[in-house]
Amino acid sequence: MSTVHPENETLGRSERIVLNLYLISTLVVFLLMMLFGLLMRMAQGNWISVPPTIFYQLMTAHGAGMVGTVGLASSAVMWFFLRKYVHLHVSMFAANYALFVLGAIAILSAVFVGGYAGAWTFLYPLPVHSLGIWSVNAAALFMLGYLLIGVGFLLFYLDAMLAIIRVYGNLGRGLGLPWLFRGEIDKSHPPTVVASTMVVITNSLGILAGAVVLVMCLINAYIPSIVLNALLVKNLIYFFGHVFINASIYMAVIAVYELLPRFSGRRWGASRPFLWAWAATTVMVLIVYPHHLMMDYVMPHWMLVMGQIVSYTSGLPVFAVTAYGALTNVYHSGIRWSMPAKLVMLSMFGWAAGIVPAIVDGTISVNAVMHNTQWVPGHFHFYLLLGVLPMVLALMFHVIDGHARSTGRLSFPLYVIGGLIVVGSFLEAGRVSAPRRFAVHLPQWLAYDRLGALGAILVIVAMLLFTVHIIVGLLRSSGNVAPAYATG
Amino acid sequence: MIRQDVVWLITLIGIGLVTLVFVYVISGAGGTADSTQVQTRAYAIRRWWLLALVVFGIGVTYASLRPFPIPDQQTQSQGAQIVDVVGHQWFWELSRHQVNAGTPVEFHVTSADVNHGFAIYGLNDRIVTQTQAMPGFTNRLVYTFTQPGKYRVLCLEYCGVAHHVMAIDFEVVPATREMP
Repeated sequence: MSTVHPENETLGRSERIVLNLYLISTLVVFLLMMLFGLLMRMAQGNWISVPPTIFYQLMTAHGAGMVGTVGLASSAVMWFFLRKYVHLHVSMFAANYALFVLGAIAILSAVFVGGYAGAWTFLYPLPVHSLGIWSVNAAALFMLGYLLIGVGFLLFYLDAMLAIIRVYGNLGRGLGLPWLFRGEIDKSHPPTVVASTMVVITNSLGILAGAVVLVMCLINAYIPSIVLNALLVKNLIYFFGHVFINASIYMAVIAVYELLPRFSGRRWGASRPFLWAWAATTVMVLIVYPHHLMMDYVMPHWMLVMGQIVSYTSGLPVFAVTAYGALTNVYHSGIRWSMPAKLVMLSMFGWAAGIVPAIVDGTISVNAVMHNTQWVPGHFHFYLLLGVLPMVLALMFHVIDGHARSTGRLSFPLYVIGGLIVVGSFLEAGRVSAPRRFAVHLPQWLAYDRLGALGAILVIVAMLLFTVHIIVGLLRSSGNVAPAYATG
Repeated sequence: MIRQDVVWLITLIGIGLVTLVFVYVISGAGGTADSTQVQTRAYAIRRWWLLALVVFGIGVTYASLRPFPIPDQQTQSQGAQIVDVVGHQWFWELSRHQVNAGTPVEFHVTSADVNHGFAIYGLNDRIVTQTQAMPGFTNRLVYTFTQPGKYRVLCLEYCGVAHHVMAIDFEVVPATREMP
């Protein structure tokens, strides 16, 4: 018999308040950003009329909002479980939230007041070269918003880094490096610590690169005589963006390692392949980003080859260790399919299946016909919508367990079917070369847009049901202690 | 079969395999078996499919990189038709609008302002090739058209609020036809 709610997961009053702020805010923002996504698909499908200026503002807000909020929600997953093994300061967790809110206000103001529509990727020099559509100040406010959010994450990571070092001696031990080649592995070494260590190392570097490029762009915005190298800026932006979104997946996957064994009744501990997978992923996530630059032919070609090969090898830890580990953990286990368990299993499917089109697109010759088509949102929505978001939702349903039970009889299948339609319509549109980030579509692409909009409606209805259940549950469980609850 | 359809087929097979494995395991999640036995068997199976995946990956890597899909950026193709391309917000400037089929065309692609994406759409409205147009850099794209007809260039890198209207057509004429 394993405990679903161990004592060391009990939340103190201040911890619960901050966690509730994270969870409720992220749910509301996810819903809002999904609505923006739906509006864009309906506009592309000619079902509604949205002026291009507004479309690209929605697109910018959707991209920045989703990436940032996935990061924030995933950091809540990491915080919730990591604090059982090391001492994290709730003040740093709260500071991350406060800075995120300030950053989000800056970003939303830049977009919807200042009219900034330079996409979440802020590729130089578009933010300062809008041909009068938005001001330099609006672009600067957008970038300042990113900086505030980045500082918040860095504070959270530094706190986690120090906490891991205090308990395990150094980050290498947190990652389990001493056991890679020899020695008996400490089976009690938590996968959560391994994943968290990987994230604090890689995403601190990613965010620092992001901060550097943001400061460079801000300087250029107000001193245009300081001209930047467009290729260098692109490299820094894609390094930052790639590491940030991947770190979000690696934070969120902690929910899988922690929760699945509780429902299957089987241990899922560190093993040598597991530690190798995370050590390799630490390196690969830092060097794979050139796969975003395959159509920049002036890039050193060895970097593009590296991007292709590492895109392939990056899939191995996901397939062979995490997804396969989850399947092994569940097979003939007599698992109880509660909402967190269902969501965790969905997330494993979404991640494993979603990286297939991503890996394929990591081939230079494929990228030449798929780059910046809807194939790209097709694959990243696959592992974000059906991978990461279910991981985050699993934590949320876990936290409210016992306060607002939801069987998910309606919402869960709606979410899965809607999600598959959303990603399927994107991928199919990518196959016929429909570009991404187009406000207006040609007649031959409209069917995919409309199908995608229908899928988005299903996802939003499901998400609305999830949100109501979770918020009611969180507000009901506002006391100090989540009930210890056992299952077999 | 064009490249996009091959990619789609490979992707469908990959996703289909993943789905089958998940369906198999989830449908067999009931009942109870000894955890160690399940693990031992599963890890023995993993060795084989992991090995198969690695061998497949090495094969694909080799096949897809030889010949290298991106032309050497330093040397000019012998006898190629040169087309200078400059991206502007929000129009394309091409040094010529007609090229011959059967002879390599070398596009020298750059931008006068922000990043653009120079994507060539073929006669079936599918992308045949692309590169980025970047300020301060010139990407050299080499492509040999085999089918005469009207081709369209779309911008595939978001470049501002009229990004979607940034298009231009050019013609590929049969190899024998006299160029104007």
